[in-house]
Amino acid sequence: MSIVYTKSAGLTDKELHYCPGCHHGIAHKLVMESLIELGLFEDAVGVCPVGCSVYAYNYMACDMIDAAHGRAPAVATGVKRTHPNTPVFTYQGDGDLASIGTAEIVHAAMRGEKITTIFINNAIYGMTGGQMSPCTLIGQKATTAPLGRTVEQAGKPIRMAETLSALDGLVYAERVCLTDIPNLNKAKAAIKKAFTLQMQGAGFTFVEILSTCPTNWGLAPLKANQWLHENLVPYYPLGVIKDTTK
Amino acid sequence: MKNILIAGFGGQGALSIGKNLAEAALAENLNVTWAPSYGPEMRGGTANCSVVISDKPVGSPVFKFSNELIAMNGPSLDKFAPFVVDGGMIFINSSVVKYTYEREGIKVYYVPCDDVASELGNLKVANMVMLGAYIAAAKTVKPETVDKMIEEIFTGKKAKLVPLNKEALKAGMALIKD
Amino acid sequence: MAKELWKGNEAIAEAAIRAGCDAFFGYPITPQSEVPEYLSLHMPQHGRVFLQAESEVAAINMVYGAAASGKRVMTSSSSLGISLKQEGMSYLAATELPAVIINCMRGGPGLGTIQPAQGDYFQATRGGGSGDYRNIVLAPSNIQELADFVQEAFDLADLYRNPVVVLADGLIGQMMEPIEWKEFPKRDLPAKDWATEGRKGAEKHHVVSPIFYDPEECYEFNEKTLAKFNKIKANEVRFEEYKTEDAELIFTAYGTPARIILTAVDKMREEGYKVGLFRPITLWPFPEKELHELLGKDHVKAVLDVEMSAGGQMIEDVRLANEGQKPISYYGLGGGLIPTLEDICDAAKKALEEVK
Repeated sequence: MSIVYTKSAGLTDKELHYCPGCHHGIAHKLVMESLIELGLFEDAVGVCPVGCSVYAYNYMACDMIDAAHGRAPAVATGVKRTHPNTPVFTYQGDGDLASIGTAEIVHAAMRGEKITTIFINNAIYGMTGGQMSPCTLIGQKATTAPLGRTVEQAGKPIRMAETLSALDGLVYAERVCLTDIPNLNKAKAAIKKAFTLQMQGAGFTFVEILSTCPTNWGLAPLKANQWLHENLVPYYPLGVIKDTTK
Repeated sequence: MKNILIAGFGGQGALSIGKNLAEAALAENLNVTWAPSYGPEMRGGTANCSVVISDKPVGSPVFKFSNELIAMNGPSLDKFAPFVVDGGMIFINSSVVKYTYEREGIKVYYVPCDDVASELGNLKVANMVMLGAYIAAAKTVKPETVDKMIEEIFTGKKAKLVPLNKEALKAGMALIKD
Repeated sequence: MAKELWKGNEAIAEAAIRAGCDAFFGYPITPQSEVPEYLSLHMPQHGRVFLQAESEVAAINMVYGAAASGKRVMTSSSSLGISLKQEGMSYLAATELPAVIINCMRGGPGLGTIQPAQGDYFQATRGGGSGDYRNIVLAPSNIQELADFVQEAFDLADLYRNPVVVLADGLIGQMMEPIEWKEFPKRDLPAKDWATEGRKGAEKHHVVSPIFYDPEECYEFNEKTLAKFNKIKANEVRFEEYKTEDAELIFTAYGTPARIILTAVDKMREEGYKVGLFRPITLWPFPEKELHELLGKDHVKAVLDVEMSAGGQMIEDVRLANEGQKPISYYGLGGGLIPTLEDICDAAKKALEEVK
């Protein structure tokens, strides 16, 4: 029997703590696989956030720093400015990046900080128990929006890839999802492109990954994938949002 | 030990008179501190600095009572003259301040430093004229120390300003008759 | 080496460069803005990193990143800006990262004033952010010490893997004074084998993380750092005494008030008063034992604590060290006013009068 699939060598042997159906595991694997395939893994420094992936350093086997809530882009800036040839990335959720960390992400993008941000957008706070995030959809229920998010109360959700693309320092932004093989391949290509551009010194690169949160969405994993396509994708369109290399 | 207060409008060179004096004191191996007032007034209002020169280590770099006051404008004179100690000196920029100040036990010098500087062809050296008058009267540091210091301050592109500043220093000293 | 006239804030910046500071991240705030201004020009000239961050919060987190990846790094701010850095400082403590933090204190609370004050003693010496930790706190009282302490702070930070705060005030930052640049003996500092600079073939990856999986793990960490804090207490206490041998009144003060008191002591002694100064140089670790011993001596009748603070903050450490031995009174002003020599002397005479 031949081996047709293995875990990425960029992941540790630690068992993932993520819920069944959660996309974090796949995203971790794609990031690590990309670094290995690009020959960047041994040099890379990753910065993980506060949120479900606060323990990402337990799984990602490159050097890792855990940042305060929302501050990963500033921490990554501290690493990159003092190690200009090091591949540096942040891995952040929507509560971390789009809520508490907006100043840091906007300014990292504005400065054209030569880092890559992997943005996991599942439109909810996972770790703290399903509270509303800035990316929660209108009408979507959350534990702090039990009747569903309303425009009157919370405004409309923020599209981070588009918002950051308004800044000249951002050279590449793409939104992807991980629900099936074709999308997974696109996601990996996007991550590799972002790291490649970073290493070319092009500027700030951003990959937004639409993800599921079956537990807090209250859906079975497959249903969650379906819900993502029916609800998140129409509001957060997939594809290249900005590419200055074209 | 001497407490010297130098005050004026921003741009009149009060802070640089103090800095030059502090540098000269250092050149003579004296203990010295220079402390600027900083606050809303540094944006366009009055500017002042406190210089303490002593043969012992300087304790407080700021003080309520001064031995010598250099007042580059009227408001500075009005505000700080009452805090000059008996036996002290006041130097008034008489090109700007058109009234006199009298108090028993205080020596007042009227130094038309702006006019003298204008005659020398550059209003910017008014502060060097004032410094010249001050050291001639107060004898805090030696004239040759300041004279030498001018060569150290104005170097490179600014070296051409050395003769003018030396002339200003001398002209200021010449204003003090006693 | 000849003495040079240096402005406090510029001396801080130059001292950092001389200490081999690799990176500075800061945000403008009066009265310390000359620090980033100087470094913005001079760090690139030395091939080092200067970056003006978008906020104090971002600056301290950039410090965290640079420190995590093994670099010598500094930030500076004033009072309310330091408040914003407290989260990051707690993270530095939680990850045992070396970093130097300068605070040129101004009047508070809130926006307060931009004039010199000492209202951040508690914040600096009690940790300041969440959790059980301590910063090493050095309190210079003249520009020479400021330049020396900033350089030494980098070594102390590396030696103990701990944030070091240089606690100055606006006057020390703004004033000029002659100083001499000293060469410090090279310390034997531990290798930064924990730094996240890329795994580079290492058997295990490097992880810098302020989170613990379970309370037992966090407890173990706190016990470990507690032992470290006790070691710092045993090794790094610094203080200065001035004419305390026969003093009936002991002044306790740090920073700017302490230097004013040097003059006050001389002046009062000329008038026949037996007074002396006890000046903590490390505010944490506080020279508790040394002050206790001094205040226990028979010739000491009274203590006058002087701070640029309303009611005083260090006075609580003075009380703890005193353990009720002698009466302690206070003189000081908060909000940005500097106590005058005359007022300090009057307060001392009053304190002596009360114990007669």
